[in-house]
Amino acid sequence: MGGMVATSEKKVGNASVLSPTGRVDVETTPPLQERLLPLLGQAGAVVVIDFSGVSYISSSGLRALMLGAKEAKAKGGKLAVCALNETVSEIFRISRFNQVVPVYADLNGALSALTPT
Amino acid sequence: MRIRFWGTRGSLPAPLGVAAVRSKLRNALRKASGRSFADDAAIDRFIASELTFAEAGTFGGNTSCVEADLDSDEHLIFDLGSGVREFGNRVMSGAYPNKKKVFNILMSHPHWDHIMGFPFFVPAYIPGHTIRIYGGHSTLDNAFRRQHAEPSFPVDYSQLGARIEFITLDPAKTHDIAGAKVNLMRQHHTGDSYGYRIEHGGKAMVYSTDSEHKFEETGDAYPFVDFFRDADLVIFDAMYSLADAVSIREDWGHSSNIIAVELCHHAGARRLCLFHHDPNSDDRSIGEVLVDTRKFEELAREGRLPLDVLSAYDGLEITL
Repeated sequence: MGGMVATSEKKVGNASVLSPTGRVDVETTPPLQERLLPLLGQAGAVVVIDFSGVSYISSSGLRALMLGAKEAKAKGGKLAVCALNETVSEIFRISRFNQVVPVYADLNGALSALTPT
Repeated sequence: MRIRFWGTRGSLPAPLGVAAVRSKLRNALRKASGRSFADDAAIDRFIASELTFAEAGTFGGNTSCVEADLDSDEHLIFDLGSGVREFGNRVMSGAYPNKKKVFNILMSHPHWDHIMGFPFFVPAYIPGHTIRIYGGHSTLDNAFRRQHAEPSFPVDYSQLGARIEFITLDPAKTHDIAGAKVNLMRQHHTGDSYGYRIEHGGKAMVYSTDSEHKFEETGDAYPFVDFFRDADLVIFDAMYSLADAVSIREDWGHSSNIIAVELCHHAGARRLCLFHHDPNSDDRSIGEVLVDTRKFEELAREGRLPLDVLSAYDGLEITL
């Protein structure tokens, strides 16, 4: 029951911003993960995933975030998510992933917290 | 098929303490403040309508033991955790006049919390009783004999009066036990564990505890999806949150409510029963997990028929 995920990527200062869209589930997570992990594999990388276009996330998508968080910790980088809709926010709360990855209300808030001037 | 839960706690018995009972009493009295009750029935109505299960009851503290009461003259039990003591007492009280004293036990695995009730299972001491202990492990008897040996227990295994047989089951085959069709599947757990699917009278139930599901494997092709397929009831190890199960408690051999719902959705199961509660969780937090799991089930449903979600407690009965 997966849907297409198109993930755009941009640089904002020294941070990379990934913006997937649609459902992030067992079918659509692999391409997102393939973009996320190499970014975090660079020492000190800062990555924000903008969820404003994501309607749903399954355990597969959460797993990718867990792998990303581990990679960030190992390489001294930072990973955060922002702009969760109500459904995704509830899934983060119920799964306790809001204790695994920092969650921000919007992209500006995430960038301000992760890349302080 | 009637399912009775005699023990639902994971890892270690977790009895309710004085502070927890006092908290429940305080809360109930506060909610009843200013009310008067004409009789016990009025009190029962108040409890049922105005107190949550966690406020008015308890999920219980016995370790894993579940009974499948079939239209059969033999007993069928899953695991021998501390809950089996009360099942044995019920047997001895004469509650099963139509059953022979033959007990078929399907063991998930021989970890301590799943065998610790056996020395207190009174029917094991009585000549003329038959106890058949089935499992995927070929060394189950060692675990049972060892916990009866000195200095752990005063009555040696050799002194048990019942006829006790250990039978290793082949996961590649379907077995006929107590009139039920039984299949088993090896699960990811330290030393392995086995889940069981039994079918009887047109109903199917799955007992799957002490099973970690690596969640990259939960798509339609995952073998457990077929194992759970169209089950009327899935009893599932949901001991941890998903975040804990894949981080600080990864490879501890347990799973989460999130994976439970996803697997049951993929499989088209009708009812999910959360099981093997963390002994560190109190009634309120187990109740909150149930509420959250029902919420997640709605969010994840995506056009499917609703999956009924329950949380197991000692004393729960489900008729399929």
